[in-house]
Amino acid sequence: MATIADDLRPLHHPKSWVGKYVWSQDHKIIAIQYAVTAIGVGIFALVLSFIMRLQLALPGQFQFIQPDNYLQFVTMHGMIMVVYLLTALLLGGFGNYLIPLMIGARDMVFPFVNMLSYWFYLLSVIVLFAGLFVPGGPTGGGWTLYPPQTILEGTPGASWGILMMMASLAIFVVAFTMGGLNYVTTVLQARTKGMTLMRMPCSVWGIFVASIMGLLAFPALFVAAIMTVFDSIAGTSFFVPTIVSMGKTLGHAGGSPILFQHLFWFFGHPEVYIVALPAFGIVSDLISVHARKNLFGYRMMVWAIIIIGALSFFVWAHHMYVSGMNPYFGFFFATSTLIIAIPTAIKVYNWLLTLWRGNIHFHVPMLFAIAFLFTFIHGGLSGLFLGNVSVDVPLSDTFFVIGHFHMVMGVSPVLVIFGAIYHWYPKITGRMWDERLARLHFWITFIGAYAIFLPMHYIGMLGVPRRYYALGETVFIPQSVHYANMGITIAAGIVFAAQALFFYNMIVSLFRGAKADPNPWGAASLEWQTAETPPGHGNWGATLPTVYRWAYDYSVPGAARDFIPQNEAPGGTAEPHPS
Amino acid sequence: MEQGQVAAEAEPGGVPAALRGFATDWSADQETFRHVHWGKAMIWIFLLSDTFIFSSFLVSYMTMRASVTQPWPNPSEVFALSFGGQPIPLILIAIMTFVLISSSGTMAMAVNFGYRRNRKVTAGLMLATALLGATFVGMQAFEWSKLIHEGVRPWGNPWGAAQFGACFFMITGFHGLHVSGGVIILLVVALKVWRGHYERSGDYSAVEIAGLYWHFVDLVWVFIFAFFYLW
Ligand code: HEM
Ligand SMILES: [Cu+2]
Repeated sequence: MATIADDLRPLHHPKSWVGKYVWSQDHKIIAIQYAVTAIGVGIFALVLSFIMRLQLALPGQFQFIQPDNYLQFVTMHGMIMVVYLLTALLLGGFGNYLIPLMIGARDMVFPFVNMLSYWFYLLSVIVLFAGLFVPGGPTGGGWTLYPPQTILEGTPGASWGILMMMASLAIFVVAFTMGGLNYVTTVLQARTKGMTLMRMPCSVWGIFVASIMGLLAFPALFVAAIMTVFDSIAGTSFFVPTIVSMGKTLGHAGGSPILFQHLFWFFGHPEVYIVALPAFGIVSDLISVHARKNLFGYRMMVWAIIIIGALSFFVWAHHMYVSGMNPYFGFFFATSTLIIAIPTAIKVYNWLLTLWRGNIHFHVPMLFAIAFLFTFIHGGLSGLFLGNVSVDVPLSDTFFVIGHFHMVMGVSPVLVIFGAIYHWYPKITGRMWDERLARLHFWITFIGAYAIFLPMHYIGMLGVPRRYYALGETVFIPQSVHYANMGITIAAGIVFAAQALFFYNMIVSLFRGAKADPNPWGAASLEWQTAETPPGHGNWGATLPTVYRWAYDYSVPGAARDFIPQNEAPGGTAEPHPS
Repeated sequence: MEQGQVAAEAEPGGVPAALRGFATDWSADQETFRHVHWGKAMIWIFLLSDTFIFSSFLVSYMTMRASVTQPWPNPSEVFALSFGGQPIPLILIAIMTFVLISSSGTMAMAVNFGYRRNRKVTAGLMLATALLGATFVGMQAFEWSKLIHEGVRPWGNPWGAAQFGACFFMITGFHGLHVSGGVIILLVVALKVWRGHYERSGDYSAVEIAGLYWHFVDLVWVFIFAFFYLW
C-alpha cells in the first residue's frame, strides 16, 4: 500500500491563487467548478425552454423562431438539461463535494484525474456551444438523436451540428469516466475508520450507485456516437438503411435504425436513474435531518437503490414500444418496467414513514424535499401509464410524455438540487442565505412547476404531439388546448423570472449573509463535524475522524442533544472533532 | 478482484470460507478490498467500463451481421494469405493472436519480477512485451493495407455486405488503438522501472496496473478473434 487514507503527503498543496482556485485538485473546489459550469449551461437551456414556450403560446408571432430552429431549441434544451446540467451537477458537483466529506476522506483518491475530469467536462461544454456556430447550426434531431433522420439532409444541423454534438458527448463520457472512477474507488477504498458501507449516508449511496451505473451505461452512448459519426462522414451504413430521399437513392444500404435506438436507450434509461438516484439519496438525508427522526428502513433504502440501479439496465426498450421492434420485447420490457416500481414504491413509503410523527422543521431544504415527494409520486404514476404497451402506444410522442418526464426527471431532481443547495450552502460558504427570499422562491417554483407541467398531461391526452413547431388548424385540437398553452407559458415565464430570487439570494448571501453556524441543522453526518467551516484543504486537520454509528441518530431517547454525530463515541459525551 | 484476507477458522458445515471472506470484506470499514492499491482498484473498475464499450461494439456488429440483406463475406477466404499459390486461411490472424498471447506471458513474468524487485529483468520483460505489442500493431497495419488494396472500404467491398468493412475497420481499429496506447504505457513504466523510480518509492504496483490493462486488451482480442474471424 503506497497510499493510506490518513497520509497528508500525497495531497497537492498549491501556493498561488491560480493553483488553488483554477487548476485546483481539491475536491471541494472542483465540485464548485462543476456546479457553476453546470448551472451556467442550465440557465441557457432554461432560456431555450422559455423561447419554445413563447412559440407554443403565440405561434408564428416571433421572427426569430422558425420551424428549423424550434427543433434545434428542443434538442439543445433536452440534451443540456439531462446531460450537461443534471448529470454534471449531481455527480460532478454534489458527488465531488459530498463523498470525501461524508465518508471521512481527505480528498478523492486521484485528485489529478479528478481535476482533469472537470477540464474535460468544460471542453465538452465548449464543443457543444461551438456547435451553435457551425454552418447549419446545431443538430435539430431531438435529444434522442435518432438516425437516419439526424444525419440526412432536411434535418437542421445534419452535416456539422450532429458531429459537434457527438464529439461533445464523447468528450463528456471521457470526463465522466475520469470522475466516476474516482467516486467509486473513493467510496470503496478510502473511507475513514468505523465507516462501513452500511453506515454511509444515503446521499453517498445514491451517488455511488449512480456513478457505477454511469460507468456501465455511458459506453453504449459512446459507441453509438462513434458509429453515427462514421455514418455521417465515412459513408458507413451502421444505422442507415436504403433510403430514397427527395427522389434520390442515397448511398447507404442495410443499416439498422433500431440498433441505434437500442444503444441510445441502453444508455438513456439508466441515465434517468443516474440523475434520480443521487436525488433519492440526498432527499432521504434532507427528510431525516429536518424531521429529526432516523430514516425509516435505512437498509431497505440502500438495497432499493442497488436494486433499482441493477434493474434499470433491463428496461431500456420501454422507450421503443412504437419503434417497430418485435412485439414480444414489449411484453418483456413492460414487465421489467413495472417490477422497478416495487423498490421505488418502497422508497416512497419509507420517506413518508420517516415523516410520520417526526418533529418536522419546515426549513427551506425540507420544503423542497417534501415538494419532491409530490412531484415524484405524480411522475411515477403517469409512468405507470407509459410503461404499459397498449396504453403507451396512443400516448407516445405526445405532450403526455413531455409532462411525465418533466415531472419525474426534470422537476423532481431540480427540486432536490435546490433543497440540497440551501441545505449545504452554510457549510460550503460559511454564510446563511436569506430565509424570506428562499421561501418565496420555493413557493413560486413548486406551484409554478405544477402550473407548467400538469396541463401538459391534459393536452397530451387530447393528442397534441411533441416537437411540433405549431399546431395549425388541426381539427381534433379543441380551443382549450390553446388556452392551456397560453397558461403554461405564463406560468413558465413567472417560474423563469422567479429563479432570479434564487441567484440573487445565493450571490448576495455570499458576501452579506450572516455567518453560519458550523452545523445549523443539527445534522449527524460527518460533513457537518469538520473543524473549519467551510472545510479547509484536507478536510480534517491532523487526524481523520472515527465513526461509531450510522448517520441517522436523531431524537435518541436519553441523549443529551436531539442528534448524535457519527463521530461521537458510544457512551461518550459530544466529542467535537479535534482540529 | 482480489479477495480480502479470508477468515481463517472455517467451522465444519458452516458458511464456506470464501463466502464469509466476501461478507467480511464488504461489511468492513475503510477498505472493501483489503490492501488493494487504489490504482489497482481503479483499473479494475475502468476495465469493467471498457468491457461495456467493447461489448457494445461486438453486440452491434453481431446484430448487424445477422440482419444485413446481402451475404456476409467469408472471413476464412478474406483473411487468407497465399504462400506459393496455396491459400492458408486465417494464417496472419493466427500469428497475430499468438504474438499477443505471448506478450501476456512476458507481461505476467514482468509483474512477478517487479514484486521481487528485480529492476533489470522487469524492465527487459516489459520492453519485450511492448515489442510484441508493436509487432501486433504492425501486422494489423499490414492486414489493413492488404484489405484496402483488395478494395475493402467502410462503405463497401467486392464480396457482399458493406457492413463487413465498416465493422472490421471500426472494431479492429478501436482495439488497435488500445494496443498502441498500451505499448506507450508499457514503455513509460518500463523506463521508470529502469531508472529505479519504483525502487525508491518501494512500490511496484504500477507494473501490475499496466499488466492488468495489457491482459485485458489481449482478452478482448480473443473475443474479437472468435466473433469476427472464426464465426
Ligand atoms: C421551467 C422549466 C422547463 C420548461 C418550461 C421546459 C419546457 C420544455 C418544452 C416546451 C419542451 C419541448 C416540447 C416539444 O415541443 O416537444 C421540452 C422538452 C424537453 N425538456 Fe424541458 N422544460 C423545462 C425544464 C426541463 C428540465 C429540468 C429537464 C431535465 C430533465 C428537461 C428536459 C427536457 C427534455 C429531455 C426534452 C425533450 C427534448 C426532445 O424532445 O428532444 N426540461 N421542455
Ligand atoms: Cu426509461
